[in-house]
Amino acid sequence: MKTTVLNIAKLLTFQKGGINPPEKMRLTKNLPIEVMPTPPEVAIFLKQHVGTACLEHCIRADMCLHFVRQPTDNACKIVFKGLQNTLYSEDYFLNDNICFNSSEVHVQQEEKVSEGDLIGKGSKLGSNLHASISGLVKTISDTPHPFGKEPAIVLSIDPDAKPKSYPIVNENWMSLSREDLFAKIKEAGIVGLGGAGIPIDSKLSVKRDSKLDTLILNSESEPYLTSNYRIMLEHAFEIIEGAKILLTILDIKECIIGVENNKPDAIIALNQAIENDTQKNGSKNQFKIVVQPLQTKYPQDATDQITFTLTGRIKPTGKRISASGVNIQNVYTAKVIYDAVVCHKPFYEKVITVSGRGIARPANLLVKIGTRLRDIVDYLGGMTQDVAKIVIGGPMLGFAVSSLEIPITKTTPGVLFLTQDEIDIQPSYDPCIRCGFCLQACPMGLEPNNVSIYVEAGKSADTEQFGIMEDCFECGCCAYVCPSKRPLVQFIKLAKLKILEAQQKKKQRESKPKESKQREST
Amino acid sequence: MMNAQSEKNSISNCLHVSSAPHIQSEVTISKIMWTVVVSLLPPLIISIFIFGFQTLIITLVSVVSCVVTEAVSQKMLNRPVTIKDGSAVITGLLLAYIIPPGVPWWLPIPGAFMAIYVTKILMGGLGYNIFNPALIGRAFLMATYPVALTSAWLAPIRNGSIFTYMNANVDAISSATPLYVLKHYGMAALIEKFGSMSVIYTDFFFGFRPGCIGETSAFLILLGGLVLLYKKYISWHIPVSVMGSTALLTWIFGGESFFTGNPLVAILSGGVMLGAFFMATDYVTSPNQKIAQLIFGIGIGALTVLIRLKGGYPEGICYAILLMNPVVPALDQWFKAKRFSEGATQ
Repeated sequence: MKTTVLNIAKLLTFQKGGINPPEKMRLTKNLPIEVMPTPPEVAIFLKQHVGTACLEHCIRADMCLHFVRQPTDNACKIVFKGLQNTLYSEDYFLNDNICFNSSEVHVQQEEKVSEGDLIGKGSKLGSNLHASISGLVKTISDTPHPFGKEPAIVLSIDPDAKPKSYPIVNENWMSLSREDLFAKIKEAGIVGLGGAGIPIDSKLSVKRDSKLDTLILNSESEPYLTSNYRIMLEHAFEIIEGAKILLTILDIKECIIGVENNKPDAIIALNQAIENDTQKNGSKNQFKIVVQPLQTKYPQDATDQITFTLTGRIKPTGKRISASGVNIQNVYTAKVIYDAVVCHKPFYEKVITVSGRGIARPANLLVKIGTRLRDIVDYLGGMTQDVAKIVIGGPMLGFAVSSLEIPITKTTPGVLFLTQDEIDIQPSYDPCIRCGFCLQACPMGLEPNNVSIYVEAGKSADTEQFGIMEDCFECGCCAYVCPSKRPLVQFIKLAKLKILEAQQKKKQRESKPKESKQREST
Repeated sequence: MMNAQSEKNSISNCLHVSSAPHIQSEVTISKIMWTVVVSLLPPLIISIFIFGFQTLIITLVSVVSCVVTEAVSQKMLNRPVTIKDGSAVITGLLLAYIIPPGVPWWLPIPGAFMAIYVTKILMGGLGYNIFNPALIGRAFLMATYPVALTSAWLAPIRNGSIFTYMNANVDAISSATPLYVLKHYGMAALIEKFGSMSVIYTDFFFGFRPGCIGETSAFLILLGGLVLLYKKYISWHIPVSVMGSTALLTWIFGGESFFTGNPLVAILSGGVMLGAFFMATDYVTSPNQKIAQLIFGIGIGALTVLIRLKGGYPEGICYAILLMNPVVPALDQWFKAKRFSEGATQ
């Protein structure tokens, strides 16, 4: 039955580049979503997500291409020689001006909060924060973060508090106006769950005159991660309803859900939900929602790629994706939107995949935002002795961390505990042998090999000609395929930073003569 | 299993922190190189049965001298010794494969020095050489030992022991290569020499013809080439365009009048197959983009036919590849990858 469904459907994919890393989904694929017991303490970052302005900081954190944290001198020793032989102290990261989009604190120390209460108010590009457990505001202080330390609201549990439940209160959401729906979503503090975590309200506020006509729902295509898969399997109904809410807000009719064909059950579950929906609503149904099976290939979920795969449109360089007439959301976002609108449930807990051979019991866990890795590790039976890398996110895009004190944020898709043989750390890399594998793998048609040679020669600032600033979205396909194990995408990240620095210097130089002229005139 | 507290103590000593991606494909340089070495071995084995045991000795001398040259020169230049990656072994094998089987056993040594030290190490090591090292080695031997390189051909052993040629006088047993016969006496003489056209095809296909050590068995070279294609280590563009253009141009210009040349004999004789699959496809000295690869291959085919028909040597693949090698940077510059965003409809 399964195979016939998939054979009939034509598998779409993007044309250029892409890779097929081992899926590693078997570890957690068949494990139903499990609710993790409330941890004794949670730390909720005031800055839950990376805004666009934060790009530079992310790159800066990546400047250490590969470092092993040395506990003695509290410095990061760079392993890759020939590129950066300097030592960066940890302060380098901590004292930097971080331009996350922060939320304003709405509670005071020792204040009593209960689950779901508003504790932080979103400003501009920030999102609302809600207490994920009932208890006391212990402190508002700096907490370890993948990029250093960040202020967070620390809540300690009230052991007598009962878990809050959210029954359906607003099943007939169709009667609400677009503005009401939008306000509900904004109030719930939902952010895009696909990647950067841009608050949903800014993702949805598209100009009226844009030629928007399609909503695309995508799901993660990285190895290991199965949280989206489980959501699609267990909450297909909510996803379809959420998609309809999104369509209503965007004032369009068409929605395409792209699912890779390595998740056949999810495709069947979503199709079933759509069928039930049509039967229920019949002719009243004004929306057209289809599930499109996609070829399994990373990065199938990337903005440009999924838009091309599903609509054939190619985003012009430097334009936003709304210029192509599509709005892209994650399937999990749709589910969370359903919860917010129909159950009035704020977004304070989420499903993450905890996987890798370094954890005793891999699982798909429903955890409170702010749960520390330490609590998750303890709940899942501890780590194995040979764990070599802890990655927040997927293996292609995630951040490696060195502390178990780091809490889960709204955008964490999973936590991987990888052993030595899973990550295959190379102590060094070899020269480029011009095999051209990276040219074939790059989904944007760029030249990672040439950029890497420029960076090695100390000419990072001259790499703008290769178009990395506009087109490279750092998917890592080039670094994955390189037989010389060259850190190609890391070189590109470094080059981007150097280009930015050069541009800033140029700006300063240009503004200085003006100032001196002004002085002369006065 | 550890609990969180003891983990915290041991964790900071062993955790790796690096920028994404955290996984890498299993394909490494040495994996590719050793696969090429393995796919190059069948022609060596058959050559022992065609030309005798001394082909193995010559090949071993060539491989060992290449590896030793690389190790010693890298040591002397204070560079990391990279003999484990297998690229010097490939150069050694290829160098032996493209010299006649009747040469003195020590002949590959000066060739190996030229190929590894001058062409590869002095250029900056693997990845920086402009020319194919093995072919430079052969071109050097051609200039310094022209008699051995042009006359030490052996007739295939049909009913003798593989040690037939071991102590024999090379000059006395010399046998002209098919391309030599073709160039100087024509097709009729070649057919006369082998008996009939069908014998030519089968003998050439399986390797029973005079020629260089590793180039005679088209069948086994094809087998090795298909392994590389299957593994996706090489693409079809270069081999097909080299062989296709050689066949086409020979068919047009290779006969008594236009369009009477024999394309199949052109591919099966000489070193076109070996060159097309194993030397023109060398990553470092071939272009990256598909169109550039096709042009590169056609260039090699055209130069091969030009040298064969008009030049002083009966075979031209070696010089054809060497002449196209320096064009590669230009081809890479002219034919860039098409950017994804170039197709934008705006």
